[in-house]
Amino acid sequence: MGHGLTFDVAHLLGGGLVLVSFLMITQHRLYALLNAFALQAVLLALSVAWQASVQHAPHLYITALIALVFKAIIVPVGLHRIIQRLGIHREIETVIGSGTTMLAGMGLVALSMTVMLKVTPTADPLAREDLAFALSVVLLGLLMMVTRRNAVSQVVGFMSLENGLVFAGTGARGMPLVVEISVAFSVLIAFFVIGVFLFRIRERFDTVDIEALDRFRGERR
Amino acid sequence: MELISSLLVQVMQMTLVLLAAPLLTGFVRKVKARLQRRRGPSVIQPYRDLLRLLKKEAVVAENASWIFRAAPYLVFAATWVAAALVPTFAKGLLFSWSADLIAIIALLGSARFFLALAGMDIGTAFGGIGSSREMMIASLAEPAMLLIVFTMALVAHSTQLSDVADLLSSPNVGLRVSLGLAAIALIIVAIAENGRIPVDNPATHLELTMVHEAMVLEYSGRHLAMIELAASVKLLLYISLIGCIFVPWTLTEPGASVASYLAGFGLYLAKLAVFGFLLAVFETMIAKMRVFRLPDFVGTALMLGLLGTLLLFVSRSL
Amino acid sequence: MNVVAFLLLCIAAFLGVAVLAVVTSHRRASTRIVYGATLLLSGMAAVAAFSALTGYAAAAKLVLPLGLPWIGAHFRIDALAAFFLTVVNLGGAAASLYAIGYGAHEEEPHRVLPFFPAFLAGMNLVVLADDAYSFLLAWEFMSLTSWALVMAHHHAPENRRAGYVYLVMASLGSLALLLAFGLLAGPDGGYAFETIRGSTRPPLTAAIILILVLVGAGSKAGLVPLHAWLPLAHPAAPSHVSALMSGVMTKVAVYAFIRIVFDLAGVLPWWSGMLLLAFGGVSAVLGVLQALVQDDTKRLLAYSTIENIGIIFIGLGLALAFRTNGMNAAAALAMTAALLHVFNHSLFKSLLFFGAGAVLTATGERSMDRLGGLIHRMPVTSFLFLIGCMAISALPPLNGFVSEWLTFQAILLSPDMVQWALKIIVPAIGGLLALAAALAGATFVKAFGITFLGRPRSDQAATAMEVDRFSLSAMALLGALCLAAGLLPGFIIDALAPVTQQFVGGAIPSQATLPWLSIEPSAVSGSSYNGLLVFLFITMSALMAVWAIHRFASRALRRAPPWDCGFPDPSPITQYSGSSFAQPIRRVFLAGTFATGETVSMPAPGDMRPARFTLTLSDPVWERLYEPVAGVVSFAALHLNKLQFLTIRSYLSLVFLALVSLLLVLAIWS
Repeated sequence: MGHGLTFDVAHLLGGGLVLVSFLMITQHRLYALLNAFALQAVLLALSVAWQASVQHAPHLYITALIALVFKAIIVPVGLHRIIQRLGIHREIETVIGSGTTMLAGMGLVALSMTVMLKVTPTADPLAREDLAFALSVVLLGLLMMVTRRNAVSQVVGFMSLENGLVFAGTGARGMPLVVEISVAFSVLIAFFVIGVFLFRIRERFDTVDIEALDRFRGERR
Repeated sequence: MELISSLLVQVMQMTLVLLAAPLLTGFVRKVKARLQRRRGPSVIQPYRDLLRLLKKEAVVAENASWIFRAAPYLVFAATWVAAALVPTFAKGLLFSWSADLIAIIALLGSARFFLALAGMDIGTAFGGIGSSREMMIASLAEPAMLLIVFTMALVAHSTQLSDVADLLSSPNVGLRVSLGLAAIALIIVAIAENGRIPVDNPATHLELTMVHEAMVLEYSGRHLAMIELAASVKLLLYISLIGCIFVPWTLTEPGASVASYLAGFGLYLAKLAVFGFLLAVFETMIAKMRVFRLPDFVGTALMLGLLGTLLLFVSRSL
Repeated sequence: MNVVAFLLLCIAAFLGVAVLAVVTSHRRASTRIVYGATLLLSGMAAVAAFSALTGYAAAAKLVLPLGLPWIGAHFRIDALAAFFLTVVNLGGAAASLYAIGYGAHEEEPHRVLPFFPAFLAGMNLVVLADDAYSFLLAWEFMSLTSWALVMAHHHAPENRRAGYVYLVMASLGSLALLLAFGLLAGPDGGYAFETIRGSTRPPLTAAIILILVLVGAGSKAGLVPLHAWLPLAHPAAPSHVSALMSGVMTKVAVYAFIRIVFDLAGVLPWWSGMLLLAFGGVSAVLGVLQALVQDDTKRLLAYSTIENIGIIFIGLGLALAFRTNGMNAAAALAMTAALLHVFNHSLFKSLLFFGAGAVLTATGERSMDRLGGLIHRMPVTSFLFLIGCMAISALPPLNGFVSEWLTFQAILLSPDMVQWALKIIVPAIGGLLALAAALAGATFVKAFGITFLGRPRSDQAATAMEVDRFSLSAMALLGALCLAAGLLPGFIIDALAPVTQQFVGGAIPSQATLPWLSIEPSAVSGSSYNGLLVFLFITMSALMAVWAIHRFASRALRRAPPWDCGFPDPSPITQYSGSSFAQPIRRVFLAGTFATGETVSMPAPGDMRPARFTLTLSDPVWERLYEPVAGVVSFAALHLNKLQFLTIRSYLSLVFLALVSLLLVLAIWS
């Protein structure tokens, strides 16, 4: 194993990302969820910064900075305020139980590893495990969006999914900075739009439970 | 010569776990008391309690069967044998090959089996509630423990504890997420298996949430002494296990000089003190959980164990 | 004399005993004569089979001019068959010994006596058969005789239902096996196993065969989701037959599976191991979860059989996966684990069913919640039942632990496989196995604790008497074997070496030469276990503690009323019952599923009615799988019924049409 420490630290940070994703899908409280999300963003920033120093790619430092500033500080603080103003810091209503969610999450991690390890037998081990972790994070983010009914936690799920994409991009050595920045900004815009929407939904339906939207569309008769 | 020295180490270890276990319990109690700004009983109070219990006559319920009277000794014996096979201060125990890590866990399972039966023997509601909850916790903690073993064994290619310790003290183990996850899971399992806060409160006697104390409610005298001693030994065993797996550098190699054995011994006591202190701090900081929140807590260990095993496949050399 | 010929003579003698039983079953003494004869015959057959296994050199064969004229009836005994014949006849001998005493309580002996020897003959024949025709014939014979035994107590409506469901499932299984053999034999119709072994077939055909055998043998063995008949049928039979069905007949199904998949089917695709692992893991966990919530001891045991079959199939799946990866040593380890578990499970499951039968004889109760405190009334039975409970809960130093330990050791060799999916799924299956083992512990704490400990919950339990000496000696025999197999597993592992050598091309290193009789299954890992030493250590330290305390501290003992935190309640109803014992685990694992439903009817304040708690248990497989299938079958039956009332001309035209269409198929195909 030529790249002992390089690999180990990258592995540690990547594994940490997956672990925090797990933390997120099992949290019952919105504030705890936001904290976990902020932690994930910090881990992402660290991991990207590590990649930057390993790959000697200074532009990745900017990516790391974006992740740190936007996702670890601005978005969580913003969502924190939204939750405060909406007064919804109570328990999240999950669609399925936490045990089942965890099991499903395990299955997804296993699936993404199987797929990634299978299709990249010749790749560099570092990129391989990065990709496997990234796919896990993406799938777990999706799982969170599927299993939660609260609009705020859906937003968090979406952001965490995007974290996985960034992680994949940096690990694969070659995501141009422009793309990276545009992705970051699009997320930010999405965040604002969704934030505005949240208030709209709340004004109309007196709840941010998205089941209310289903009822409005007449899906649940 | 080598045989004699390893036999000596084995015998010393068996005596050590027996003698040190009450001290550890007393130490944890003392630290907890100080953290709660109490003076607390003396560190050697558990020894006094054991002696007092041993000398008293045993009061046994009228309808108790032989299981009730045999269980304390069986529980004690199984726990003691298990503890004797976990390296504490030195590797190369004479009988370490007679049971690997899986067998050690299963031995503790045998002890629990008998304790749960003893809880049901008198036919009181308390005994039943304790046994039933104990088995519920075990049904989550035991698979979690085995998944931790898988993680270790897949790295070390062996389930022998000495091999695992050898590998983890070698430099080529590196930083692995899996091992971190396994460590957290092992700590959760240790807390659950020993009935510590937040899973169970070892200091309470009249609460509906109690588990271990409810099972042994009918015991008195020498039987109770055996069970208390077994509980202390089990706590020591888990701390030694964590120490042996995750802090393996202090273990003395077989055939080393007397001085290094002494050093290993001192370091082992230091390990016990550190982990005991941490346990006391943790127990002071946290509140007891509702019984039906426990599956989430212990289930976390199960999931961490599984995740740890899965993540092994993206770490190096596997 | 050829060992095959000897065993066939034994089978013929079994059938002779069956005929004798038909003639004499109205006599009082015939119970002892019939069971005595089957004891003798099974004992001899077991010794012959065991000596064939230990002194194994080459397969012995015999062809008789029976059956289909151009094939003849082939019989053969190789290492695998010798091993399974040992298991079958050991179980048969124990059941016969038990039944000498237990059978005396039988109210209608003529419904049991003739079929019991015939059932034994059928199981022996399945294992001996060496061509598809004899095999299927023996298989059907085994199914039908066991069905007749299930229907022995046909006055109870639930037994009739069990018999009906069993018959339907057995037919389905036979159909699947028939199709599998059709595919195996190919267009040339080589039905002798030797011809099948020699021919090759494309992987796709092999895969279809695998699935058919999973349905055919798996349904007999009780794999989830084909298991639902098993917990109905096994408990419905008299207890010694339940023991045979659960402990032995499921093993014959495992034999059929190994014979076809490992021996006859040829090269299988790599995912077939994964299929087995998935079925095994799911069966293990679902089986034990269902066992845990049962109230009827015999039904609990039947569900636990499903769990153990799951464990066996995990071992077989691993063996298959290792074999496709060319890892012969690892495959040998996995297969040894599975076969050892076959042997162990046949011992302790028979023991437990005998114990349940003894309790049934003594109290007339099957419901655990009406028992309790039997340890005082039935000390020997309770001790032996406890040994069975410890063995099945995989507690060292008993035998159940050894086979599960070997399975775990095999799992730990999985990372060397090539396929990523297998690498990743195998540890997860290991997690399921560990979960099943832990839940089995809880299940059998419940089974023993509620039945034998505590205070009696009914008058029958309070006045029970210990059972007869024959029943006890059968249980003692099995209990001793459980202990022996746990302390000295090395000898059995060595005896299994020719089997693994034959099917996976490798064997575990010889264990008999290891110091202190410990077992070390794999030279790579170096993990070892020594049941004998563990047993000695525990015994010695327990005795030492007892001696030291009684000598130096105190030996005074006082009997007093229970303490119970100062509020002892004299009513035995306040004890924990079976369902309350299972409640926490039920809530953790089965909450929100439709397998359990709890309803609490709480009267309004002021209302004097008592509050009621009702627990309903159901097997989800029933609603999802069986009832739709049953609906289709009865629909088809209703419409096919019309065929019975046609004119002769219509019948003739039907036959004619069938002939023409067959000829057409032939013309197009070839």
